[in-house]
Amino acid sequence: MSSDAITIQGLQVQEKPWVDTLHEWVTTVDHKRLGILYIVYALVFLLLGGIEALIIRIQLMHSHNNFVSPQVFNRMFTMHGTTMIFFVVMPVLFGFANYLVPLMIGARDMAFPRLNAFSFWLSAFGGILLYFSFLGGSGLYGAGNAPDVGWWAYAPLGARAFSPGHSSDYWTLALLVSGFGSIGTAINIIATILCLRCPGMKLSRMPLLAWLNLVMAGMVLITITPLSAAQIMLLIDRYLGGHFFDTQAGGSAVLWMHFFWIFGHPEVYILMIPAFAFLSEIIPVFSRKPIFGYPVMVAATVSIGLVSTSVWAHHMFTVGMNSYANSFFAITTMAIGVPTGIKIFNWIGTMWGGRIQFKVPMLFCIGFLFQFLIAGLTGIMQAAVPFDWQLSLSYFVVAHFHYMIVGAILFALFGAFYYWYPKMTGRMLSERLGKWHFWFFLIGFHLTFDVMHVPGLLGMPRRIYTYEPGRGWDTLNLIVSIGAFIQAIAVLVFVWNLISSYFKGAKAGNDPWDAWTLEWSTSSPPPAYNFATVPIVASRRPLWDLKHPEDPDSQYE
Amino acid sequence: MFALSSVLLPPRALAEHTHAPLTSIFSPESTPAKSILDLSTFVLVITGIIFVVVVTLLGYSILKFRATSVNADREPAQVYGSNQIELAWTIIPVLIVVVLFLATARVIHAIQDAPEPAGAVEVTAIGHQYWWEFRYPKLGIVTANELHIPVSDPSNPTPTFLRLLSADTDHSFWIPELAGKTDLVPNHPNRMWIDPHRTGIFLGQCAQYCGTQHAKMLLRVSVDSPQDFAAWVRGQQQAAVQDSSAMAGRQIFEHTACINCHTVSPTPADGRFGPDLTHLMSRTTIAAGAAENTPENLRLWIQNPDAIKPGSLMPAMKLSDADLDAVAIYMETLR
Repeated sequence: MSSDAITIQGLQVQEKPWVDTLHEWVTTVDHKRLGILYIVYALVFLLLGGIEALIIRIQLMHSHNNFVSPQVFNRMFTMHGTTMIFFVVMPVLFGFANYLVPLMIGARDMAFPRLNAFSFWLSAFGGILLYFSFLGGSGLYGAGNAPDVGWWAYAPLGARAFSPGHSSDYWTLALLVSGFGSIGTAINIIATILCLRCPGMKLSRMPLLAWLNLVMAGMVLITITPLSAAQIMLLIDRYLGGHFFDTQAGGSAVLWMHFFWIFGHPEVYILMIPAFAFLSEIIPVFSRKPIFGYPVMVAATVSIGLVSTSVWAHHMFTVGMNSYANSFFAITTMAIGVPTGIKIFNWIGTMWGGRIQFKVPMLFCIGFLFQFLIAGLTGIMQAAVPFDWQLSLSYFVVAHFHYMIVGAILFALFGAFYYWYPKMTGRMLSERLGKWHFWFFLIGFHLTFDVMHVPGLLGMPRRIYTYEPGRGWDTLNLIVSIGAFIQAIAVLVFVWNLISSYFKGAKAGNDPWDAWTLEWSTSSPPPAYNFATVPIVASRRPLWDLKHPEDPDSQYE
Repeated sequence: MFALSSVLLPPRALAEHTHAPLTSIFSPESTPAKSILDLSTFVLVITGIIFVVVVTLLGYSILKFRATSVNADREPAQVYGSNQIELAWTIIPVLIVVVLFLATARVIHAIQDAPEPAGAVEVTAIGHQYWWEFRYPKLGIVTANELHIPVSDPSNPTPTFLRLLSADTDHSFWIPELAGKTDLVPNHPNRMWIDPHRTGIFLGQCAQYCGTQHAKMLLRVSVDSPQDFAAWVRGQQQAAVQDSSAMAGRQIFEHTACINCHTVSPTPADGRFGPDLTHLMSRTTIAAGAAENTPENLRLWIQNPDAIKPGSLMPAMKLSDADLDAVAIYMETLR
């Protein structure tokens, strides 16, 4: 990307041979380049995970289909889930955090640039390890060539008795390695936000994106740790004769579930809170109003972060906990709906009375609000424990969490791409292609995931490679699969837009959206040092103050 | 949400008329499933109201506050928040949560903490990769994959209490019309109960991913009238039929690996790894519901299980045609 001639304050830099450019990118410690590396890396894995999803959907198009064997199907859903969570959504969000946080708080880089590069390359090698299992996972004869234990690898399926060979070791190592990368990035984000804010930027003046990423990074520190611990315990079981999760020798399958979900549920919010962060920046700009209720938005985020660490066992309502434990996790899970509801209302409050511009980033944010509402409500249904005894482990749950991860997080991410791509590349993404992308994806999404709730209510469990005819699931599954292909077309339009706009898009200029946060005060793309002079801020919207000297925000503080 | 439930109503109506086996959670036939549906309906109504209110607010703000050519060049009034409004939309959700929680806790307690009455039928269900073992400790019966239980008359309840165990990985017992699901977890015995209010066949399947053939670990519950159930119990308590015409097959069965995994009591075959075959012919399906119990399927299953259920733990026996015929004939005598 940097082979173009770059102009820095009138100084012409010569075009370099591509090997030098490659070398620069591999050895870079610049937060912007690492951010872009994270994002590009995640997009590659998005395509891989998407192909796996399409294989799953082809197999389930009708009952007793034989497109793939059960062994291959089980590998596909394991790899799809692991890829999408750990190697698509997490890195892409870290990429945006890396790119945006220093720019938005007026810093010149992250606090620990080399730790930043180290963390990225750890995560990158984690993903490569996972996919290497397709080639090198056999180890023993008859063993699978990729992990097939499901993305949460419930004990004792991950024990050697049920998972011989090395395929699930690759899964374990991939998560362990990328987990260390995540912890490094989290430490970096926290240190950057706490130590490198520009003069005048008190915590109470920080853009919400920085606040939300601070909370997210804190949650990463708390929750990746038990996951890493569990992975190490699993390796001890598998190679050193431990019996933590080895039920054949008195180990506990339930212990693994607790370890996994005390990571796994906060993880949902680790992915969701940065998506909230995008909305909290994009909606105000396109509504032409400041965020409604900034202090409450911060408080709601912090309380989501805290409460989310006490809801994990709602993944385990069918496991046979006693009625008191079930009731406890029901109330904590329902309670998290309150701060989440506040957020939805405050975003609507931001739009209320505004002058809403329906540019592509805003379209995706409105899609987010609609889908996130539904996903939240189906979440409340599953918090009603007895209702969950029917819904859990069925396709209803699959529809629910895809509503969260695709309908909410991915929509917010697409919005973020359209919003910040001009800053990252200096060129606008095509609005026309963007609208095609939005509408195709919206239609495909609703075809797939609205309909997917129904087979769950009709008794279809998740993770089955085939199903019996005559249960009323055939037509529904066919519609779900058709929707998946429409989404795939939309993603291809998006990728094409990313590539073609990079070469042919309209020049963006510093501030194409007439926005208010510091990243829009520097050039697009920003120079390596971000700001020629360190900015000084007096309110939450420094660029508003510049543009409206007659009515600056700072006079209301 | 409401549109969703109206989509699901036709199968329910169908069930009332024809008693076709269905797996919808909206046609409950047992007390736990009924009280779950009552709670679910309540939750659906509350969430439906929230949905309508919020979507109205969202839709109104999208339609009403669009930028137009008239106002696009001016910035709107800059409003930073409102403590009263934000307090209101904090307190109302809190109240909703309290109501939902109380309704939920009541049903959790009613289902999960129900005492076991004296006349209850006790069954131990053991999940295996990829089949179900059912043992009736009080009745001395062992069978597989097809659970027989008596219908429970509300005036004289005879519920069935299931003790859930696993021999290997996690499984989950789910018959949507009779109850919510409960997992079978190794080293973690669980309990659940059902009291079906009508006779008939109820279907379900393993709901917790348990390995390669998770998909074909089907469940079939036959709810019998008290007389039929008593007759079935008497039949299952008999020793295996000793039919001299099938002696050749029996010898092959007892001299190959079959008996390492299968029991035919009271013969020397006493393996416990696979389903008990003492009364194989009393079951309508084989391979945990993956195929109907017909002579052709039985032959195919013995010779090449992967043809019916790829990845099943039953090995291909590779018998000669004559031996295969003999074993199949022996199996068909195990009524």
